[in-house]
Amino acid sequence: MIVPAQFYLALAAILFFIGVFGFFTRRNLISLLISTELMLNTVDINFAVFNAYCHPEHLEGFFFTMFGIGVAAAETAVAIAIIINVFRNVKSIHIKNMKELKH
Amino acid sequence: MEFSTNLLIFSGLALLMMAAAFAAVTTSRIMRAVTYLLFVLFGTAGLYFMLHYTFLGAVQIIVYAGGIVVLFIFAALLIGKGTIDVTHTSNRRYLAGLLASLSGMALALYLINSTDFFADKFSTVGVPMKSVGLALMGTAKHNYVLTFEVLSILLLACMVGAIMIARKK
Repeated sequence: MIVPAQFYLALAAILFFIGVFGFFTRRNLISLLISTELMLNTVDINFAVFNAYCHPEHLEGFFFTMFGIGVAAAETAVAIAIIINVFRNVKSIHIKNMKELKH
Repeated sequence: MEFSTNLLIFSGLALLMMAAAFAAVTTSRIMRAVTYLLFVLFGTAGLYFMLHYTFLGAVQIIVYAGGIVVLFIFAALLIGKGTIDVTHTSNRRYLAGLLASLSGMALALYLINSTDFFADKFSTVGVPMKSVGLALMGTAKHNYVLTFEVLSILLLACMVGAIMIARKK
């Protein structure tokens, strides 16, 4: 028996909102980035599931997922470079010390 | 609902991923959070294997589990132990975040449950490697060479940007 597509989508939705919860409650740049990765990952799952269950004869979702993984890798590399640079200048990565760019 | 191996494997993966994701956003140690994230990413690769997208599962393991998690570990180690301790917000913000994400989750689950837009066309054949390569490098309709090249330029720009941002003055 095939697992219904709704199960995959429900799992992705739950993981996405766990990521949202982490993004709201964490106060540390690296933890925020981890929450963002969780959310990005679930969107990739959704693309693959829609492709496999709705249009298995085409590969749109497949390639969207692949390019999404590539973009996520690039985004993480730049974000971590920024975080390390912030740490070098501010000596902290806690959110409350990031007020240079506020208002 | 009849018992099946697919469903059993899916439930195992789903439980593992939900538990690991929740632990990743609540644990107070950064290295543990990264390790739990690694479990979620491995579980996602398992889901791709279950959908018969084996190439996608391999990419997921190589790029996410092999590349991004290593970057996270490097950052956590470079920044040092004393400053990295995760501190939570006030109780009010914590409750507000919990409420917002729970209501969003309820809405999304309700919509997924009440919509029926799936034709039963799931194929158990999988995607042959040759068609992946041809679609990635072809210029016809439903081929992706332009996206591929744009992504290469993006990765190059990111490399240069990361070096520019992180270099010593």
